[in-house]
Amino acid sequence: MNKNSKATLFLGLPYYLWAAFFIVIPLFMVVWYGLTDKTGAFTLANVLSIMRPAHMKALILSIVLSLGATVVCLLLAYPLCMFLVESQKKADSFLVMLLIVPMWMNFLLRTYAWQSILEKTGILNAFLNAIGLPSQHLINTPGGIILGMVYDFLPFMILPIYNALEKIDVNVVNAAHDLGANGTQTFTRVIFPLSLPGVISGITMVFVPALTTFVISSLLGGGKILLIGNVIEQEFTLAYDWHLGSGLSLVLLIFIILNIVVSTAFDRAEV
Amino acid sequence: MKSRARFLKKIYIGLIFIFMYAPIVLLIIQSFNKSKSRAKWGGFTLEWYRTLFEDAGIIQAFTTTITVALISSAVAVVLGTAACVAMQRMGRRRKNIIMGVTNIPMLNADIVTGVSLMLLFMSIGMQLGYGTVLLSHITFNIPYVILNVMPRFNELNPHVYEAALDLGANPVYAFARTVLPEIMPGIGSGALMAFTMSLDDFIITHFTTGAGVYTLSTKIYSEVKMGIKPEIYALSSMIFVTVLVLLVLVNRVQHQMVRGEGDEE
Amino acid sequence: MKKMKARRLLSALTAAVLAVTSLTSCGSGEAAEAGSNMLYVYNWGEYIDEETIELFEEETGITVVYDEFETNEVMFPKIDANPSQYDVICPSDYMIARMIGEDLLEPLDWDNMPNAKNNIGEEYLLQAEGFDPGNVYSCPYTWGTVGILYDSSRVDEPVTSWDILWDPKYKDEILMQDSVRDLYTVPLKMLGYSLNTLDEQELREATDLLIEQKPLVQAYVVDEVRDKMIGGESIFGVIYSGEAEYTREENENLEYVIPEEGTNVWIDGWVVTKASRHKENAMKWIDFMCRPDIALMNFEYIYYSTPNVAAMELMDEELLENEVLFPDLSQYDNLEAFDYLGEEGDALYFEYWKEVKSS
Repeated sequence: MNKNSKATLFLGLPYYLWAAFFIVIPLFMVVWYGLTDKTGAFTLANVLSIMRPAHMKALILSIVLSLGATVVCLLLAYPLCMFLVESQKKADSFLVMLLIVPMWMNFLLRTYAWQSILEKTGILNAFLNAIGLPSQHLINTPGGIILGMVYDFLPFMILPIYNALEKIDVNVVNAAHDLGANGTQTFTRVIFPLSLPGVISGITMVFVPALTTFVISSLLGGGKILLIGNVIEQEFTLAYDWHLGSGLSLVLLIFIILNIVVSTAFDRAEV
Repeated sequence: MKSRARFLKKIYIGLIFIFMYAPIVLLIIQSFNKSKSRAKWGGFTLEWYRTLFEDAGIIQAFTTTITVALISSAVAVVLGTAACVAMQRMGRRRKNIIMGVTNIPMLNADIVTGVSLMLLFMSIGMQLGYGTVLLSHITFNIPYVILNVMPRFNELNPHVYEAALDLGANPVYAFARTVLPEIMPGIGSGALMAFTMSLDDFIITHFTTGAGVYTLSTKIYSEVKMGIKPEIYALSSMIFVTVLVLLVLVNRVQHQMVRGEGDEE
Repeated sequence: MKKMKARRLLSALTAAVLAVTSLTSCGSGEAAEAGSNMLYVYNWGEYIDEETIELFEEETGITVVYDEFETNEVMFPKIDANPSQYDVICPSDYMIARMIGEDLLEPLDWDNMPNAKNNIGEEYLLQAEGFDPGNVYSCPYTWGTVGILYDSSRVDEPVTSWDILWDPKYKDEILMQDSVRDLYTVPLKMLGYSLNTLDEQELREATDLLIEQKPLVQAYVVDEVRDKMIGGESIFGVIYSGEAEYTREENENLEYVIPEEGTNVWIDGWVVTKASRHKENAMKWIDFMCRPDIALMNFEYIYYSTPNVAAMELMDEELLENEVLFPDLSQYDNLEAFDYLGEEGDALYFEYWKEVKSS
């Protein structure tokens, strides 16, 4: 048995090497680039460049927009999942699947399509004008970016919440009713707390990609919206300053770690 | 009153569906548009579905996308499953460290992952291209496999495997007959997830690809600025409709299976 | 258990279908990497008649991998970080100067390129000496100016000055360029400064002007200007002269004008990278592109002014008299070419640019 388990341990070796080489070392390279200048000397300037007005504005805008998108996703997804779970019909799990299927259409194309819908001479305005409403101006505005984020990441919010809600035992809900809880009480005291893990993982899954995106802003922002993701991407592909780009990536990493810490803390508190 | 509430709920669900599918419908319509400019409707045509197969650039991007997704998810399945097996025999602390590292690519922002891999490839002097894209995809795919396979192991009864050994089966045979069938669903969903993630990835590929190597995503990104070729719409519509039809079929079969089993009871 | 079964089935089915589709497609697109008789070309987007690439492949037996970039600034880091990945590139003047300075380019083998040697007009070679003294490293491919493209059916005043792009009544009807140097051309020329200035005070003024203009701007774009102008999404667009003729064919109301304050005049030229693995093929490519019939094909496809006098001889009189295609630049005294500003100069522009973008 002993010999056997040694052989078994050996099975994991390829992955450990892989992870060390392609996950750990690359991260250290970002740290190294982020904390040195072009001559290779240690510096904090790259990280501290986040304080420059242009970078700070981009970071704040990213935080505001990604928080906004996360809230909208939550507000849209929660009731939807409630309705879908409530009716308990076979067809509804199929509906959930249909909400995920759009992800098989390339996401750049899907996002790009919003440009045709939202632009000035686009479909939305043609529709609004046809029913006598004034044109809306969403393309190339922060609102348009939030819309794009919500559209791209909504499935990430729907899935975990739906799974969490679906797992709730109907008997628990019925028991609450039997014990005299009204609809609101049942929701706030029973259903919502039980679905919280799903909500939290949904929030994490939407917030991080929204905070760090550069694609949605470059497809729907018309070059007028500079998010922190755009700044980093441009440092690598345009300004050609890997040190500055890595330094700003480190700032992003701090936010990501913060997000993980907060959400696991919530999770622990629940358990 | 109640029916009115139900009606409103249906409207709500309907609106979300319109929101999710409007761009897709638009893209499909676009694929039949005779005019190359997306701003104009030039009449109905099937032209792009024909020229698509003559466009070497698009076909190549499609081939690259699919082969990268297939190879990377296959390699990820092998490495990831092997790692899961090994972790069963491991102390809690070491296991936690490995799981922690495994979580990094999933929790990290794609842009940081992409940049970090690019820095690695550059500093060891690797020519960016198909190989570096493949390595990157394997890297972010393994965690999805491990995450899907690991819970299966935790539910496993280890005594069955040991009993097989006691009965004289060699370890490989015992594994194949007792463990593998139990973890298979985890491998399946892990592979599917890895495949999907690889297919849909843009950001990491964007940073790790080189001259002449495109996946559909990076191809589209480079074309967005100059006007997307209608053939891209045609190809994407075909992929989408294929997947949709498959899902509906699977759902039908599943329904019939459920009904069949119900009848037997 | 039921769910598990369904999932298993689902994954198996999906995998099977995708495997089949990928197998059927493999046959058609897999020839590219065979053999080493390759050529990696890196050119601007929509900047060639793709038929000429096929002709080149047929005549020489060389397999071409053709990639496109959006701006000079996107192209440079790719080359500098990985100099051997492309053999032949088509950057603009100031970027060619930068690449010469960084020792990235290979001297052209003019003696073995008869078409290139004989067909490019003297005046263009002379102009190219500004960034490539002695015409050692580059062979001009196209030239032109930057100006305003506008929809004449929706403007009833004469368009003569850059300052019309600051007129509030055209809010959301203005497209500006999304590359640093081209964007800064507009305010710098408007203020009467050099578009190569490194004076922080002048750049500050230009930046403030751009920030002031930003609410009026619909989008900062590069190649998209073309489609958006054709589709009527916008009234004004800052664009390269070469796009004028093409867009007018699609939308006859579009007019191109060089504002009176002056603008940038540029040359894009073919260069070969020093680290190129297929130098001979690269030289063949440049010579092929200079063949009169090929240059004419490209001209008639992209409509950017060509420096190829032999190709011009094949054109109709009418085309040659078209002032947008072949402007007489001697009537302007305030046209300027971009100089390479050095790493620090570039970084300076980039910092100011970020300020505009984040405002």
